[in-house]
Amino acid sequence: DDKLLTEPLNHPDFFNVKELFTLKDLFDARVHLGHKKGCRHRFMEPYIFGCRLDQDIIDLDQTMQHLQLALNFTAHIAYRKGIILFISRRRQFCHLVESTARDCGEYAHTRFWQGGLLTNAHIQFGAGVRLPDLIVFLSSLNNVFQPHVAIRDAAKMNIPTVGVVDTNCNPTLITYPIPGNDDSPSAMELYCKLFRMTIIRAKDKRRQDEAVEEMR
Amino acid sequence: LRLIHTSTAVQRKNVGASGPEKYTEAFIKKQIEEFNLGKRHLANMMGEDPETFTQEDIDRAIAYLFPSGLFDKQARPMMKHPTEIFPEQRKIQWGEDGRPFHFLFYTGKQSYYSLMHETYEKLLSAQKYQDQLIAQDLPLQKEKRNLAGSRWLTKIELEEMLLEKLSDNDYSRFIQLLQKLVALPCSDIEEKYIQKFSKEVPVQMQKVLIEPLQHDERGVAFSTGEGRRKTASATAIVYDNGTGKMTVNGKDILHYFPVLQDREQLLFPFQFLDRIGKHDTVCTVSGGGRSAQAGAIRLACAKALRSFVTEKEVEFMRQAGLLTVDPRVKERKKPGQEGARRKFTWKKR
Repeated sequence: DDKLLTEPLNHPDFFNVKELFTLKDLFDARVHLGHKKGCRHRFMEPYIFGCRLDQDIIDLDQTMQHLQLALNFTAHIAYRKGIILFISRRRQFCHLVESTARDCGEYAHTRFWQGGLLTNAHIQFGAGVRLPDLIVFLSSLNNVFQPHVAIRDAAKMNIPTVGVVDTNCNPTLITYPIPGNDDSPSAMELYCKLFRMTIIRAKDKRRQDEAVEEMR
Repeated sequence: LRLIHTSTAVQRKNVGASGPEKYTEAFIKKQIEEFNLGKRHLANMMGEDPETFTQEDIDRAIAYLFPSGLFDKQARPMMKHPTEIFPEQRKIQWGEDGRPFHFLFYTGKQSYYSLMHETYEKLLSAQKYQDQLIAQDLPLQKEKRNLAGSRWLTKIELEEMLLEKLSDNDYSRFIQLLQKLVALPCSDIEEKYIQKFSKEVPVQMQKVLIEPLQHDERGVAFSTGEGRRKTASATAIVYDNGTGKMTVNGKDILHYFPVLQDREQLLFPFQFLDRIGKHDTVCTVSGGGRSAQAGAIRLACAKALRSFVTEKEVEFMRQAGLLTVDPRVKERKKPGQEGARRKFTWKKR
């Protein structure tokens, strides 16, 4: 059992998440498109490739690296049977995100965030709740273009976060930011597809490894 | 080291803070076993067969063994199955490893949001179907649903269905979504799903059945009617081909009602329909006073006359107020007052 948990950590890309996406896929899904220059957040400047006709373009090479790290991390969490919570406060993609979570067997929260969900969980849900082990933000802002409260709450409760940060978002409190577009439907579908594939892959791998262990 | 002083008030447990009592599954199971055992004991006590002892027998037995004169039926001793007594509650939402069962558990209102999710999915599938039909140039179905006879579930009914508290905003959002779904032309596929949330409204205008004319041994057509006013109740039998004679409790109306006002009340239905000399009437009346009995007989005659008359004239009678039961009864006297409304004489000092 110990070997089961420590073995994957020795490889940099145990689940081979690099093969799930190419730079062309990201470009076709319009992941590189950011907001206008006026909406730019100061901390996003390192991730921006350039500005064309006032619109920011995100550097896809950096996005590739960040995406690979983030997917690798989610795969490890899923392998160790962690609880993953998808958050997105975009009304357009609420249904898509919830269906993705349901298909993976993980959890989603695309509705109004009540203040004490993470910090006051034992009173809101009952004693003995298990909090999520990873929070994935498919859009890091809420409906009033402010950073989502869950980013700060997850940092308070020591829960690692993975998040798609657009050019107007604050990437500082997110552990594995993924600079990329969060407004186009094609980009969101791509992210959902990638997360779904990694989680399902990781869970299948876990089941196989457990079966192998039992056979010995 | 800082000594923190706490008073006994702080240390005391706040009884109300944890909310209403939560019944565990084991507790409910034990209650059900105790109920079944108790049922058998009760059957033995009453000398009946324990196997075929129904809930009605239990109620009768309890009413016999523990007679209670309390007004409120809910306050009397009762023995019912625990599922009827203990309100349905949500069991623990997560398994042994801690993972919650429902994928929307972390939202807080899982049943409500999953309902919204499902409804939105139905909406999307209806839109997709509509797009397919348009692509194939087929006509969209336009059978208009009967919205008049149905209503959506109320907020309380929805709360009972979901076992969760809802806010007014949530409820209105859900109803708006349902209305949007219904408004689509291709919502026939989702009929079954929509029916779960709609209820039939019983038609308010209950058609009053007008009894057909009955015939006497001599062949004379007659009809009966009943009427009440204050404490008086009357029955009237109106015969056709008559001379306008009216008998009350065996006496003629001139003898029974010496006052003109009462006789005018009796004749009013006939006068309204211009049938004064055409019908014979035999009435029986009991209770009430002079005026109440007259009013009761008037209503009874009007009801009996409905069978002789066209529907239009029945509507005229209804609008004239001949067919409405007069709801006025004697108002009760209140304590601290001399009568129903009269107060005691007010003395300044």
